Amino acid sequence: MHDMITLRDLQVQFFAPKKLIRAVNGVNLAVAQGEVVALIGESGSGKSVTLRSIMRLHSERSTRISGGLDVDGKDVLKMSQRELAALRGDTVAMIFQEPLLALDPVYTVGAQIVEAIRRHKKVSKAEAHKQALSLFEKVRIPSPERRLDAYPHEMSGGMRQRAMIALALSCSPKVLLADEPTTALDATVQIQILLLLRDLQKELGLSIVFVTHDIGAAAEVADRIAVMYAGKIIEQGPAAELLTRPRHPYTLSLLKSRSHGAMQKGQRLETIGGAPPDLSNLPAGCAFAERCKYAVAECSSVQPRDEVLSPGHVVSCLRVHQIVQVNEVTAATN
Amino acid sequence: MTDQRDIGGPRQPLLQVRDLLKHFPLKGKGLPFASPRSAVRAVDGVNFDILKGETLGVVGESGCGKSTTARVLMQLINQDSGELVFDGETVGSRALPLRQFRRQTQMVFQDSYSSLNPRMTIEDSIAFAPTVHGLPSREAITRARDLLARVGLQPERFAGRYPHELSGGQRQRVNIARALALAPRLVILDEAVSALDKSVEAQVLNLLLDLKQEFGLTYLFISHDLNVVRFISDRVLVMYLGQVVEIGSSDQVFDQPRHPYTRALLKSMPSMDPLQRTMEAPLAGDPPNPINPPSGCRFHTRCAYVQPVCSQRAPVFATDDSGHGVACLRYEADTASLFSTAGEVSHA
Amino acid sequence: MSTLQATAATPVSALPLPAFKRSRGHWANVAARIVRNPLAMIAAVILLTLIGIAVFAPWIMPADPFATSMFTRLKPIGTPDHLFGTDELGRDLLSRLMLGGRLSLFMGITPVLTAFVIGSGIGILAGYAGGFTNTAIMRTIDVLYAFPSVLLAIALSGALGAGIVNALTSLTIVFIPQIARIAESVTTQVRRSDYVDAARASGASAFTIVRAHVLGNVLGPIFVYSTSLISVSMILASGLSFLGLGVKPPEPEWGLMLNTLRTAIYTQPWVAALPGAFIFITSISFNMLSDGLRSAMEVKQ
Repeated sequence: MHDMITLRDLQVQFFAPKKLIRAVNGVNLAVAQGEVVALIGESGSGKSVTLRSIMRLHSERSTRISGGLDVDGKDVLKMSQRELAALRGDTVAMIFQEPLLALDPVYTVGAQIVEAIRRHKKVSKAEAHKQALSLFEKVRIPSPERRLDAYPHEMSGGMRQRAMIALALSCSPKVLLADEPTTALDATVQIQILLLLRDLQKELGLSIVFVTHDIGAAAEVADRIAVMYAGKIIEQGPAAELLTRPRHPYTLSLLKSRSHGAMQKGQRLETIGGAPPDLSNLPAGCAFAERCKYAVAECSSVQPRDEVLSPGHVVSCLRVHQIVQVNEVTAATN
Repeated sequence: MTDQRDIGGPRQPLLQVRDLLKHFPLKGKGLPFASPRSAVRAVDGVNFDILKGETLGVVGESGCGKSTTARVLMQLINQDSGELVFDGETVGSRALPLRQFRRQTQMVFQDSYSSLNPRMTIEDSIAFAPTVHGLPSREAITRARDLLARVGLQPERFAGRYPHELSGGQRQRVNIARALALAPRLVILDEAVSALDKSVEAQVLNLLLDLKQEFGLTYLFISHDLNVVRFISDRVLVMYLGQVVEIGSSDQVFDQPRHPYTRALLKSMPSMDPLQRTMEAPLAGDPPNPINPPSGCRFHTRCAYVQPVCSQRAPVFATDDSGHGVACLRYEADTASLFSTAGEVSHA
Repeated sequence: MSTLQATAATPVSALPLPAFKRSRGHWANVAARIVRNPLAMIAAVILLTLIGIAVFAPWIMPADPFATSMFTRLKPIGTPDHLFGTDELGRDLLSRLMLGGRLSLFMGITPVLTAFVIGSGIGILAGYAGGFTNTAIMRTIDVLYAFPSVLLAIALSGALGAGIVNALTSLTIVFIPQIARIAESVTTQVRRSDYVDAARASGASAFTIVRAHVLGNVLGPIFVYSTSLISVSMILASGLSFLGLGVKPPEPEWGLMLNTLRTAIYTQPWVAALPGAFIFITSISFNMLSDGLRSAMEVKQ
């Protein structure tokens, strides 16, 4: 069984006036069939760019992608426009942070799903409508028959997100790419959508790449978590292991500056000094070195290699074995 | 450290909010001047106090009215009824005219970019409010530069810049400096850190704590992020559909939530442990629209403990001696017995 | 005690405030961007040349634009002594075109400039005030807006009578509603932004807020829109003169020249087309410049 998605030394660069922005700098990631991988990082880490590259959504003119990018065994970087169009929707589908931007405001959601179905499969309108209805039931939209005739702006936030998920699933894709789908939702709605995604994934055997900056959301859905910084995955591993035994200094700080017991009332939060690096002017060595409290001289000049600490747990840090003081971040219960 | 402007003394709440009401009428479908059919009842009878020197957190989801309440507190919108009493004096009265009130209450908005005039330099933006109140220009600029330094931005580097040249975290610092330019006593932070990256958010939270200490400020901290609210707040207020449903100290509300909505909200926080995941969503559906709130207790349509009486009678907000207040029929003397004890297990 | 208050009590130093480096302002950025736009720069050069010719016309024109001669009527382009030919009364066309540029450009720019001032005032007032004031003002404006501009210009000119001042007046009235609409729309947007709310929250009066925050952000877009109206104004003015409602002969004005040369179109088509060509080139150039300005301002930094 081959991996569903394979990224080998993926590099993505954007051409801007007078400079080259290195958004993704050598990402190695494999997503197996039926696996959920969460990409965590802050703005500028490259997580969204990586996601969109999987479907080659970036403008061809101003972007340069290199490296290996295979989806379902096929090389995506070598695909023609026609092959890409067949890939999108059919094999790989995507859901976004803001459904209002992804859904066409002048058509009902039902019409959009029917259109998507008929694009990829030869079925009658009636048949497509039936499939749309069952999709709405699958994503647990109440009164689905009525809601098919609703326009996007007539639906509430959670409902719209479900509609977008239904649209994404309309052509039975094997891969679902999720770009911060729950970030803009209220807490009580967010947990509903996360559970829905988890259940759908189990039922349909989807492979999911879930991009988020919210560690809690990642913990709820992901089998594996990959942490990105300045265009590279600096640590990846099984979700439970990474959250309880993080080994990269950035992952450590990220989990500590967050909440869940780490925030003691009255005391100041532990913060990472400095700011993320300029992607058009990356240092020769480790991009995190200038903010890292464990950094030594070598860190600024030599690129760290990927160290395999245990099956599936890979860390990209020169000093990972010397950092003996491992802070176990205990997972707090609600 | 006593503030010279303190009138009422330490026991006087800094701001008392009394029966605040703000409805937004929806245009009727008929003639342009016809009376409106219904209204969005954004703020529907809100009462609470903000005590001097505390940080009061406000949580709630879309449609709960927290942002509208903040704007009414700032008098950016006028309430339909209800009053605000600042340090014992009614806002808008002769004792405390609106302009005077504005010097003592300021706000930091969520969108760091749209809160700054894109055509003004940073120092001009900060110096604007003091000049409005009569401070000569050079002193206002000096104060602006001083504040920039206080919020961690070097004046030499940042004073002459424009908002688009700064990062989100830097802009939010500027907004904080701008809010402090008039030396207010109360600062309302409306989702002030929500749009920032977590590491930047931590820096700004630390800054807020430092400034509060240094200038003796009182904060009203509105946020949807429960962890942050727990961290920074002394007391927490929970809103639902335009009303206050629970209030108490941070520990009381987070460790012993009383209102079923508060419980559901806390249970909705994602579990950080992949081995102990949430198996069921505590609440179904989306937060309701405040146009036609349910009868009786507004939460009864989604409540796990609901009984027939809940749709007939609206609960009255009551606070016990420890300061923990809730609006729920389960805690009212004459209706408490209607609820089975099985549903009253408290969650740690 | 709050140190913020201590700062206010400190005596003012006699030394001037150190001037910290100011970043390039908005308009400087716009200028830098528009300079890189080749089309806009070509248009700018063309316009400057035409304006220069028009301003210095009395001193640089080769012949007397009013000297008629029945012997040298309708000479073609390239005639010695008359580089661009002569018109139906034997007057040198090049000189008339040069001098005519003055009136044509004046009639193009002045109404728009006046309408910009008046229309912005109305629109910004309506936009900032909101509510009933806004409705009252804007719906009144809409009455004028409902008429097609050409018809309105002709009707007003007809009612006021011929003559330059009347033509200018009627054109100004035609443009005021259009500019007021844009002004109101932009002002309403700006009014809604958080920084205006913050300014209100600081206790500033409406006048101060408009002066300090609103004007700087709305005048740009309104101005750009207005520049796109200059070409329309030129053509309308030429049209009015063509119809006999604007400039009166023997004043040279491109539209009027187009009218009087009408009958020569079969004998000297190139000569007859020249005034039209000049109107065309000038309009296009104004439009290209306006487009360039708009693109330069639109870039989200």
